[in-house]
Amino acid sequence: MGLKRKIQELQKRREEVLQGGGEKAVLKQVSMGKLTARERIVALLDKGSFNEYDMFVEHEARDFDMDKKTLYGDGVIVGTGTIHGRPVAVFAQDFTVAGGSLGLMHSRKITKIMDHAMKMRMPLIGINDSGGARIQEGVNSLAGYGEIFYRNTLSSGVIPQISVILGPCAGGAVYSPALTDFVFVVDNISKMFITGPSVIKTVLGEDISMEDLGGARIHSTITGNAHFFAKNEKECFGQIQKLLSFIPWNNEEKSQKIASKPPRRDYKIEDIVPADPKLPYDVRDVIKAVVDDSDFFEIMEGWARNLVIGFGRMGGRTVGFVANQPIYLAGVLDVDSSDKAARFIRYCDAFNIPIVTLVDLPGYLPGVDQEHAGVIRHGAKVLYAYSEATVPKMTVIIRKAYGGGYIAMSSRHLRADFVFAWPSAEIAVMGPEGAANIIFRKEINEAKDPEKMRKQKVKEYKDKFANPYVAAAKGYVDSVIEPAETRKLLLHAIEVSEHKVISVPKKKHGVPPF
Amino acid sequence: METKKEKKPKELLNIDGTEYKTIVPEGFEELRKYHMPEPEKILSFIAGTIQKVNVKEGQKVKKGDKLMILEAMKMKNRVLAPLAGKVNEIYVKEGENVKKDQLLIKLELPKA
Repeated sequence: MGLKRKIQELQKRREEVLQGGGEKAVLKQVSMGKLTARERIVALLDKGSFNEYDMFVEHEARDFDMDKKTLYGDGVIVGTGTIHGRPVAVFAQDFTVAGGSLGLMHSRKITKIMDHAMKMRMPLIGINDSGGARIQEGVNSLAGYGEIFYRNTLSSGVIPQISVILGPCAGGAVYSPALTDFVFVVDNISKMFITGPSVIKTVLGEDISMEDLGGARIHSTITGNAHFFAKNEKECFGQIQKLLSFIPWNNEEKSQKIASKPPRRDYKIEDIVPADPKLPYDVRDVIKAVVDDSDFFEIMEGWARNLVIGFGRMGGRTVGFVANQPIYLAGVLDVDSSDKAARFIRYCDAFNIPIVTLVDLPGYLPGVDQEHAGVIRHGAKVLYAYSEATVPKMTVIIRKAYGGGYIAMSSRHLRADFVFAWPSAEIAVMGPEGAANIIFRKEINEAKDPEKMRKQKVKEYKDKFANPYVAAAKGYVDSVIEPAETRKLLLHAIEVSEHKVISVPKKKHGVPPF
Repeated sequence: METKKEKKPKELLNIDGTEYKTIVPEGFEELRKYHMPEPEKILSFIAGTIQKVNVKEGQKVKKGDKLMILEAMKMKNRVLAPLAGKVNEIYVKEGENVKKDQLLIKLELPKA
């Protein structure tokens, strides 16, 4: 047989594999508004950059007549390519082949590409679209999941790991995405749950649809399992590409530096924030007034909205923003927002991204539900994450910084490198009303006109403590600044912290409250 | 998420005596309510099937006495008396499917 014939045979074999689960299964996939696994990879990566490996892998299952079945690629496509011209490793489960179910060889393809990603120190992107474990392969599929989870954990904080949920992702399978850094979901396509609607119906007698149980909206607004929500797959791939423009490629690199651009002129920083600390404003406008080109890329936009996190650039380099959002729940810290902040701070710290914290909060949220939901344990995560972070930390106190909230939000005491306060800042143990009621309880109760006395005492307290100068007098605040100076000072702070060195005690790892 | 028309902040949230103008999510106040525990009411702690009822109405029970078997998650779970008292009323039959937090038995507790 000549080489030409052998090449033809290769081409024939490739064509067979490329059919995936066959025409009917592909049609079904497309009719659900989904791309096929290969189309997804092509749409996500730089044009023509994808190289597939392990195309001819076959399963070895024998039981339940599995030996008579050919499953092309064993239901998953793996390979490498580039995004923005930089290398990435990718796998995409192919729902058209045995429902993308995970068997032993399927999992080995995934773990092989994960090992590549770790060795080459490049991001790993996993596209999930699978019915779950391949029941016929029994404990081998469980072993497969376990091997994936282990690698997810070891890779955490070394290379960025991105999960894209483009179909069902149920049972144990959800734990791989949950261990990764960013989870992307698409409306009406993504479904994630541990036990599905049918099990819930049998066990609990409760009726619920897949969408209401674990659809994209649920995970972006209620559970906090997803970081990015898109209306369709195309928008989702755009979000992934944008995220990758911000983050460093591994934990030994810094983010790419691009040309610095000033913020857009329509974000006038002094017009955004009302002087009255009881009135709301959208803190994202403040961020947009200080970042390059007013380009702020928000993460977890729909969940725990009382705290905003995301990436922007300052002087061309990526910065992570953590900000209280007065427009929602007065910007308080609570169980969910603490969780949201803490994980993001740890991400930034792991990947050498400086953190800018914008503070305007009345404290932690009071209430039985919060106390019983463990706000102590969750709130402690914020303290831990900020204290632990050794990347440059810049804090801007915009208005209120009361009590535990002041300490938690990257205060000097948790080793912020630079703390700036606007003249509107109020740094105190609590708000003037609450404080006056406690300190002057006796005077107020014994006064002829208690209400008048209360007002007078509130004003006294306000004049004396509701400002940044008491904290500045102790050096807890480095500078009281005009709002318009914020960008200039942050740029300078980032510049001078470029080679920040900090020594921490040697340990295996800490024991954070999670 | 989707940027429908953003809600305008108009609700007030009281923190430490100060009222802040902000957006309060739906159902938020209800969530914050605390309900006192009622130890005389015995609720199912999980959805399942009542496999056996071990007591009769009017019967006196000691703390830790087996009241019924609630089969759930492939496990025959024992429902025990949390306190000593008298079985006032039984609300379920053997073989009945129950939901989580469904009232199973009401006890009459001795007056403190």
